[in-house]
Amino acid sequence: MAAAKKTTKKEAAPKAAKVAKEAPAQAAEKAPQASSQQHTVSAKDARIGVFICHCGTNIAGSMDIEAVQNYAKSLKEVAYVDNYQYMCSTPGQKKIDDAIKDHKLTGIVVAACTPRLHEPTFRTATKEGGLNPFRFEMANIRDQNSWVHMHDREGSTEKAKDAVRIAVAKAALLEDLFPKSVPVEKTAMVVGAGVAGMQAALDLAAAGIKTYLIEKSPTIGGRMSQLDKTFPTLDCSQCILTPKMVDVGRSPNIELMTYSDVESVEGYIGNFDVTIRKKARGVLTPKEAEARGIVGGGCNGCGDCDAVCPVVKPNPFELGMKPRKAIYIYHPQVVPLIYTIDFESCVKCGLCVTACGPEKRAIDLESQDELIKVKVGTAILATGYDIFPIENKEEWGYKRYDNVITSLEFERLICASGPTGGHLIRPSDGETPKKIAFILCAGSRDNTGIGKPYCSRFCCMYSLKHAHQITEKIPGAQAYIFYMDIRSFGKMYEEFYYRIQDEGTKFIRGRVSNIQEDPKTKNLYVMADDTLLDRPMKLEADLVVLAAAIQPSADTNRTRKLFGVSCSMDGWLLEAHPKLNPCGTTTAGVFLAGVCQGPKDIPDTVASAEGAASAASIPIHMGEVELEPYFAMCIEEKCAGCGMCVNLCPYSALSLVEKDGRKVMQVTEAKCKGCGTCGGFCPGGAIWMQHFATPQIVAQIDAFLLGGEQ
Amino acid sequence: MSAPPENPIVRKPGEWQPKILGIICNWCSYAGADLAGGGRIQYPPDIRIVRVMCTGRIDMLFIMKAFADGADGVLVSGCHFGDCHYLEGNYKAAKRMFMVKSLMKNMGLEDKRFRMTFVSASEGAKWAVVVKDVVDTIKSLGPSPITEFSK
Repeated sequence: MAAAKKTTKKEAAPKAAKVAKEAPAQAAEKAPQASSQQHTVSAKDARIGVFICHCGTNIAGSMDIEAVQNYAKSLKEVAYVDNYQYMCSTPGQKKIDDAIKDHKLTGIVVAACTPRLHEPTFRTATKEGGLNPFRFEMANIRDQNSWVHMHDREGSTEKAKDAVRIAVAKAALLEDLFPKSVPVEKTAMVVGAGVAGMQAALDLAAAGIKTYLIEKSPTIGGRMSQLDKTFPTLDCSQCILTPKMVDVGRSPNIELMTYSDVESVEGYIGNFDVTIRKKARGVLTPKEAEARGIVGGGCNGCGDCDAVCPVVKPNPFELGMKPRKAIYIYHPQVVPLIYTIDFESCVKCGLCVTACGPEKRAIDLESQDELIKVKVGTAILATGYDIFPIENKEEWGYKRYDNVITSLEFERLICASGPTGGHLIRPSDGETPKKIAFILCAGSRDNTGIGKPYCSRFCCMYSLKHAHQITEKIPGAQAYIFYMDIRSFGKMYEEFYYRIQDEGTKFIRGRVSNIQEDPKTKNLYVMADDTLLDRPMKLEADLVVLAAAIQPSADTNRTRKLFGVSCSMDGWLLEAHPKLNPCGTTTAGVFLAGVCQGPKDIPDTVASAEGAASAASIPIHMGEVELEPYFAMCIEEKCAGCGMCVNLCPYSALSLVEKDGRKVMQVTEAKCKGCGTCGGFCPGGAIWMQHFATPQIVAQIDAFLLGGEQ
Repeated sequence: MSAPPENPIVRKPGEWQPKILGIICNWCSYAGADLAGGGRIQYPPDIRIVRVMCTGRIDMLFIMKAFADGADGVLVSGCHFGDCHYLEGNYKAAKRMFMVKSLMKNMGLEDKRFRMTFVSASEGAKWAVVVKDVVDTIKSLGPSPITEFSK
């Protein structure tokens, strides 16, 4: 016990190594005891090993490695210096291992890329050499040096020397730390039940994990359920989606919570406490009815209430092109098949209650929002996308001209279950259009500041599909596609493009500058520059379909903040690494699935969902996770018991306790996430932030500015 | 988005190089600075970085110590408001940083030598702009009067 507690430099290396090897778990348990210890780190006996990585020519190409190495040798704490082509390679790591043993090192500095990439690698190497893994510090001489000062060899060499000196100063003062293992709750949560969320939930459920699937709308299915056909196979979207929807509804491991929002999230990986707001639905499920003692009651989806409801509203599922009542379902295939009352428009006439009858008694006009608390180990965000408000691009006249529609509206109009039963019509007069213009990149790849700079990725392909559908459904119809580039990058996509060309669709490469309406016929004049023929053109069309850009769904920003997930500049959620960790986030235990991370077509969305489900199941199957031991600790001798820190802590991890007749602060380690907000403020310097302690940071500042002399 | 490639930043021989300390948070600004690296966005090499988990960790005394040690400028950079990995550490840091500025003014040290910025993990290009701007500001102010005084 005593061995683990004392973290003073003198005895640290051999003893700590022993402790770490013999009983790391035990030591970790005892580590909290150290809070009562005086922390007296000292660089006096430090023997630091410095390893400089060339990273091929990534680093060596922009600076003088030898000069950095010679400089490192001159630092008084440094006992050993080496360099290698690739420190992260097996021989590179072996160098660390060997040097620790051969030169009795007490700390390791690797000057290489960024700790955000290779800190775990080198910590493991440090551990294998017999040192505590937290006696490692990284000097970033690639991402924040050689790559950004490529043409300033002298400047980058000087900067690298300083970076090494700063890192050595910290490494000399590092203590042994012991990660804390915490058990992982054997449940998961998926937010959003579109195809991504459903797939992720199904995979988690199949892996034996109880999964809460949270959906804000009354039914699952998401955007994919609004589509008619899917490219390039032309499968009916609903036909391939509904089996999954039914599976979700049936799976014993999935607890489906529709018409619900995430209200708050607390805790950390393995132990998230999530509060869910179950919005007042006004209709009881059979289960809920049974809980109220109405045996055999609850909604069975018969629709008797719908028939009598006097309030008519536009149906958002049909993009307002079809009515619904105040008590409604979006479409006949909803899961769960439970009606929902829109309390904003309900007049509480009670006709539905009568229609529902005394046996089912499914309708409760007084129902209230409910807050439900659940505990989950990991969470997946699958919050999907919305259509960019394309009316902002005024030159195309959406919402001004009747016959300019979006692609999603086209999907509903051409869909057999849609508002027109699958008959494509012109909204102005109900006639069948014969000349239809599709405008791609409507708001995508747009640098005017109105639209989105990115490519929405699936518009080319669905517009090809739309062109196919009209040639198939409307004899004599002609499709015109105005495009910038046709991006048909997927499996069998290019072949599909050839097929549409062969079917007679006309492709015009040019951006549409303006659309004007003939006030009498309501026909549209599409003005563009045909860049292949190098001449301006004007096309009279019966209907114009805008392939509008997509953007993160309306609630994405709120939800991501609850889970502590960042977003990129365009609002899509930020993955932990764009290539090597596209499903992870910087918040441990939170993963991303589908379009919320960036535009994806259905195959990519499903693949991403399966990846996220797999990643989210790992901590759950491991049973426990290690937390980085960056906890705050109270140096009780210095603590005046003022309590300023208690209010600063965003996690309520600190409290004042009575000890030896006076008040001192106490840290609840399980709640502390190691931000150090308390330590940054404590007027008495009584808070010891492990791994980012005041003497360590001050030593870094001094090392930089005073050239290592303290 | 089609900004022309940055001109390589070449230092003039014999030009004074300021000593600028950057204390930046792990989750946003440090990641943003790494992203600038990945994108090879060039900026002047006059800044040295100390990484903390959150700007909330930054004691005002760290900044004052840096100036006392002879720093010509200090940059603190964290997440955007509402984006803090630890919910609200950046708000608390920002409040303290106002105090740093007023302290500096009272001491007769130009408060422009100290700056707090907000650079997210996806703003590599912004990080380069921020550093360039800080370096330009400090260069226009010249060496810290504290260094000059201690001579």
